[in-house]
Amino acid sequence: MAGFTLPANSKVGTGKMTDSAAGASRPGTFRIYRWNPDDGDNPAIDTFVIDLDRCGPMVLDALITIKNEIDPTLTFRRSCREGVCGSCAMNIDGVNTLACTKATAEVKGDVRVYPLPHLPVIKDLVGDMSMFYAQYASVTPWLRAGSPPPEGRERLQSREDRAGLDGLWECVLCACCSTSCPSYWWNGERYLGPAALLQAYRWIADSRDEATGERLDALEDPFRLYRCHTIMNCTKACPKNLNPAKAIAEIKKTMLDRR
Amino acid sequence: MSHRTPAGRVRGLGSAQHGVDHWWAQRLTALALVPLTIWFCVSIIGLIGADHAAFVSWLSTPGRAVAMLLLVVATFHHMKLGLQTVIEDYVHGRGWNAALLVLNSFACITLGVACAFAIVKMALGG
Repeated sequence: MAGFTLPANSKVGTGKMTDSAAGASRPGTFRIYRWNPDDGDNPAIDTFVIDLDRCGPMVLDALITIKNEIDPTLTFRRSCREGVCGSCAMNIDGVNTLACTKATAEVKGDVRVYPLPHLPVIKDLVGDMSMFYAQYASVTPWLRAGSPPPEGRERLQSREDRAGLDGLWECVLCACCSTSCPSYWWNGERYLGPAALLQAYRWIADSRDEATGERLDALEDPFRLYRCHTIMNCTKACPKNLNPAKAIAEIKKTMLDRR
Repeated sequence: MSHRTPAGRVRGLGSAQHGVDHWWAQRLTALALVPLTIWFCVSIIGLIGADHAAFVSWLSTPGRAVAMLLLVVATFHHMKLGLQTVIEDYVHGRGWNAALLVLNSFACITLGVACAFAIVKMALGG
């Protein structure tokens, strides 16, 4: 049964407060979720006040400033710092998004930074993505075709067919959508989640792929696909402005087409 | 602690190879219930204050009796499908899950048949 309260060891306490913005004209307060697997303590919210004039405009810039100048133990994933790698997905101001494309100025009041919801926390803002990646792998996200490619060249696709993949291929697998979905929270073991389903549809919609039937067979399941109840949090959360809910609806329509 | 790999957990027991019919039936019954429910509410509002004999005579035309039967079938079918989804969503213990799914089926079918019997009995002469 779904639980209504957090387990005792997940209750979040108040952490330490560090003010390093004395005399700053533009101080910014960041309230950041911390949890260290090695000390046995409950998670806590640490508060850091920094001078926003001395760091870049994005929340990721602030996190890097805090890690470099105040607390080197602050742990988070980051790489490209421009919204193409998907590493720095976290829950900022109550919404799943990429820290590198979320401007600190967009947040009113204190900036609350938590890990993505409902992932087992490894440390601080780093969640365990292994189930998410296994779900992605389970949709066989690659071209499956028995016919050999044309001699000496790539497989051809019309401009119209290629245009059908727009809005699907741009996904960076940040997991903002899947971890914002209540259905994924309650049934994350069996429901594939919006990110994996968007990628499943990216290959169902590909005119060069020859395994559409097998792909639909693998998805035709009350949990893998049909746990989607069109809640639309996925579409709202996507930092790349993609529409996983529409991709899932297209899969359901395709299922109907082959009945 | 389980040592199953994430890939093993995701593949699980494989695809159940159904779900389309459940999803489509939920949409079809919802669609059917839009006109039926509006008709039912308007009719009942028109009968406010009427006595038992007036209800029986209202229901005794074939068109109204058939529409009432369709309303009952669509309502309880839709209710069974919807409650099944809610139970599958939230109740994860195997025993509770199975017990509630069986109870849901029995309750929806029993209530539906009871309503249908009442309609037929009234329509065919009280």
